[in-house]
Amino acid sequence: MSTTETKAPAAKPAGTPPDAISLIAKRWKNKRGSLIMALHDVQETFGYVPREVALKLAPQLGVPVARIYEVVTFYNYFKLEAPGRHVISVCMGTACYLKGAPEIKERLMAHFGIKSGETTPDKEWHLQDVRCIGCCGLAPVVTVNSKIIAKVKPADIVTAVTALYTPKEG
Amino acid sequence: MIKLQINGMAVEVAPGTSVYEAAKKVSVKIPVLCKHPDLDHTAACGICVVRNKQNGRMLRACSTPADNGMDLSTEDPEIVQTRRSVLELMLSKHPNECLTCHRNQNCELQTLAADFNIHREVLDNITPEIPVDESTKAVTLDARKCISCGRCIQVCQENQNVWALSFVDRGIKTRIAAAGDIPLAESPCVRCGQCSAHCPTGAIVEYDESEATWELLRNPDLYCVVQIAPAVRVAIGEAFGFPAGTNLTGKTYAALRRMGFKAVFDTNFGADLTIIEEGTEFIQRFAHGKGELPLITSCCPAWVDFMEKYHTDMMPHFSTCKSPHEMVGALAKTYYAEKNKIDPKKIRVISIMPCTAKKFEIQRSEDMSSSGTQDVDISLTTRELARMIKQSGIDYQTIPESQPDHVLGAYTGAGTIFGATGGVMEAALRTAVHLITGEKLAKVEFEQTRGLQGVKEAKLMVAGQEVRIAVAHGLGNVETVIKKIREAKAKGEPLPYHFVEVMACPGGCVGGGGQPYGVTDELRLKRAKGLYSEDTAGIWRNSHDNPYIQELYRDFLDKPLSEKSHHLLHTHYKSRPTYQR
Repeated sequence: MSTTETKAPAAKPAGTPPDAISLIAKRWKNKRGSLIMALHDVQETFGYVPREVALKLAPQLGVPVARIYEVVTFYNYFKLEAPGRHVISVCMGTACYLKGAPEIKERLMAHFGIKSGETTPDKEWHLQDVRCIGCCGLAPVVTVNSKIIAKVKPADIVTAVTALYTPKEG
Repeated sequence: MIKLQINGMAVEVAPGTSVYEAAKKVSVKIPVLCKHPDLDHTAACGICVVRNKQNGRMLRACSTPADNGMDLSTEDPEIVQTRRSVLELMLSKHPNECLTCHRNQNCELQTLAADFNIHREVLDNITPEIPVDESTKAVTLDARKCISCGRCIQVCQENQNVWALSFVDRGIKTRIAAAGDIPLAESPCVRCGQCSAHCPTGAIVEYDESEATWELLRNPDLYCVVQIAPAVRVAIGEAFGFPAGTNLTGKTYAALRRMGFKAVFDTNFGADLTIIEEGTEFIQRFAHGKGELPLITSCCPAWVDFMEKYHTDMMPHFSTCKSPHEMVGALAKTYYAEKNKIDPKKIRVISIMPCTAKKFEIQRSEDMSSSGTQDVDISLTTRELARMIKQSGIDYQTIPESQPDHVLGAYTGAGTIFGATGGVMEAALRTAVHLITGEKLAKVEFEQTRGLQGVKEAKLMVAGQEVRIAVAHGLGNVETVIKKIREAKAKGEPLPYHFVEVMACPGGCVGGGGQPYGVTDELRLKRAKGLYSEDTAGIWRNSHDNPYIQELYRDFLDKPLSEKSHHLLHTHYKSRPTYQR
């Protein structure tokens, strides 16, 4: 299991260009109230907000590390740990909720053996709740990375999600 | 002026005054838990609600400015019930451990719960399990007891500019922690303890070492000696019902003797010695060009830690002098031991300090073991000593005064004023000016250094030369001083200062993180006044006039900055990471 952990591509800041952090800092430095935007960029680049990145970014932005963690832990959106390669987002908006989202989530939790907000030990799957994603006509909706599973029945969800598994490169 | 009505009474206040402050004018006390006079209001706790009688709405007194024509009520059944509900909600997320808490009988939450007649838990208790963090060995963080008032965070981030503590998570999961839930000792924390001095509950307290001290005292093979810092004597009385600022030096010596200490020394002696060493250092740099200017004081361990973490380019500017209690510790195990033929291995030195950072300082580097073993074995805060005296059955009110032991007990007024912001500078100037001019000072007071202004600057003429000084207290005020030095150096301009004093705590050591609770500027000024009165009343007011210091150089150290002085009384600095992980 440990070998797959070390190979997880999105989880390793070392695998990205070394000046990614400086570029983000340069883009947002001196812009008032831009910490959240900078952190969005970090999460987009690295998949989460790694501690090493937060420690390097803070002095470049002129923001204390403590403030970065205040923001990152306040908003559910930001992650402090590497998510799985496949991020399953279950929409918990009103329409999806009424059309069976809670049961969909239950089934996914049971199948992968994780709670919402957790990642499987092999770092392949990450399960999370999201608020309304803005396509209530497709309710109930689940997304796996950028792919959408629409109008899904709870009984079919595990098959639909696992069908979207993409093997690792190399 | 703003005119309003509070409980039917007319009140007139200056524009910008809060409703909370306005109410005080007509003897109305509104309860608060998050508001503190040192801090901006955050309206976090919600217990200060009052009612606007014109529209029936409730508003928070701490954050609402008084306005013309306001008609307010601070007392009606609904207000009382709301305040009680706020307390009940806090108590539902607070461990019911008052009897075993450090703040028992000294806790703002406990006091309000009693005042509001809360005699049973009405809500299920959902106190989270969060481990206690004692990693700093200076302050103890028990986040379970936190009521999320935010005082510690504001004082740590804004007043002290340290940024060790922060809120993490949100809603009911909100808790105080260092960034990323790492132990506080691995964060930028400089152990100043201002968080503990401002905490309304037992969530942050000093790391208690009174039991370890009793163990040393009860060991018949050991020879325990003790010293008290300048600021302790004018604050400890508050724990025994004396007015703030009452000088209780003699009673404290007496209490310490009864507790079993074999010798009672005074850190003021160490302060005098610091002045001789640091004053000489200043003249070396100022008059003989040996070393960097400005010279920056180093007697505050939280400031030293802060510099080593945030301002390492200032290292060459730092005085190499250890803090006064470290000097006394080193001399107790060498000079005193030799004079009195005591085996230094049996000596244990306990320091009574207004400070939590001294608990860290005693182990900060090998230099703190210059006598061969650790020079100061335990550093206790004023608060810990007060509890130990009470526990010992000593009637502090009536105990007759005692005298300190020589050769490390006699001191001058210059040593005493070390405990207030500007005191080290003033004491140093008394000796430095004397050394430069060779004359006796006509007036020993340098009033420009006194008072609670965040940064105090002054220019003096000494033997035809201008000496520029700055005094900063509260670490948040240091930035402006350092920035000026940095800019002048970078541009090659004349130095803004020749000599700079910094104390980490607001007001200096009198406002230290280990002093009795409830500190405000009013209290800081009263404590400082107690020190300045002792200085005025004394026979010796300059450190160089202390005959025991003269004897120390004659019999033991040879001369200021001698090899022996360097070994025992001076230290080195190194860069430390703000985050260890």
